[in-house]
Amino acid sequence: MAEFALPKNSKISKGKTWTLPPAKAGEERKVRKFSVYRWNQDDGKTPQVDTYEVDMNDCGPMVLDALIKIKNEIDPSLTFRRSCREGVCGSCAMNIDGGNTLACTKACEDIDGEVKIYPLPHMPVIKDLVPDLSNFYAQYASIEPWMKTQSPAPARERLQSAEDRKKLDGLYECILCACCSTSCPSYWWNSDRYLGPAILLQAYRWIADSRDEMTGERLDNLEDPFRLYRCHTIMNCAQTCPKGLNPAQAIGEIKKLMVERRG
Amino acid sequence: MSKSNNHMRSALKSVRGLGAAKEGVQHWWIQRVTAVAMVPLLLILLVCMLKLATGDHAAVAAAFKHPLFAVLALLSILAVFWHMKLGLQVVIEDYVHTESVKIVSLLAITFATFVVGGIAALSVLKMFFGA
Repeated sequence: MAEFALPKNSKISKGKTWTLPPAKAGEERKVRKFSVYRWNQDDGKTPQVDTYEVDMNDCGPMVLDALIKIKNEIDPSLTFRRSCREGVCGSCAMNIDGGNTLACTKACEDIDGEVKIYPLPHMPVIKDLVPDLSNFYAQYASIEPWMKTQSPAPARERLQSAEDRKKLDGLYECILCACCSTSCPSYWWNSDRYLGPAILLQAYRWIADSRDEMTGERLDNLEDPFRLYRCHTIMNCAQTCPKGLNPAQAIGEIKKLMVERRG
Repeated sequence: MSKSNNHMRSALKSVRGLGAAKEGVQHWWIQRVTAVAMVPLLLILLVCMLKLATGDHAAVAAAFKHPLFAVLALLSILAVFWHMKLGLQVVIEDYVHTESVKIVSLLAITFATFVVGGIAALSVLKMFFGA
């Protein structure tokens, strides 16, 4: 049946609170509280939310800066993914202040009160803020995200008009951080069969590419009540995308092509 | 496919699954067509109902005798029930994941649509052809 409640082992309780040591004489502090989801498979406990106090006068501006500071100086067991720290790798995607975004581009200043940090919603958790993205990556592989052609390879690069190149704007910028897919209720309920906004945007990136010659086959592969048509234009994807892209629009374009090719 | 014995299979095996069904466009398109059709149909229906809501039975009976009115009423029934059936089907496919419950629910809404829609259509026809 439909799932209306969290399974027992996903119930979250209050965890540890890490307070700052008393301030030294003359030290001025700007203390922020960070509530962070914690879970690991080894201690047999259900998930907990730990609270960390961080002095923002001694910390970078972004949520990722605070997480790194916590890991370095307070609790080395805190686990999260990060790499580029400037919004191009997509590793540090997580749920911050109730919305999916990149910790490295989300300023603590833009959040009121306690900073609440959870892993991407409705994904299996490996540890703390690290979700298991195997299914997401397999879905990406399933759309064969590379240029496919029938005509023999030319001696030089395949040409594309400036106008056709423009059609890839708003698509090529996607960094596959999974913020959009994991914000989508349809993806929550049916991610085993629905490809989700990120993968469909990527699929459209190749459908829209003037140099790719397998458009029909690509559409064939998407023409399915679940793979494509579980999108109900909820638009959470467009609202949450940390790169400002609009996956819902890309999905709409695919649906239009599906109708167009029927004549 | 059951999820329970998937742990030894690759993620790609599960994702590729049984392949694309190569359908869904028709469903999506008809849902849009019936939605667009319902805009004028239901507006006309609303206006007529307000006009006929005077408690005068003879006036209502006379209205249904008019061929255009009867056809519009039948078309409204077709659009509404077709749209309803497609929409409910999506809701069930979205939320009901137990295969047996899903099949029974889908059968139930299909049958219910035909029964209730059939009664509605028959009522209009009876008014049109009746004495």
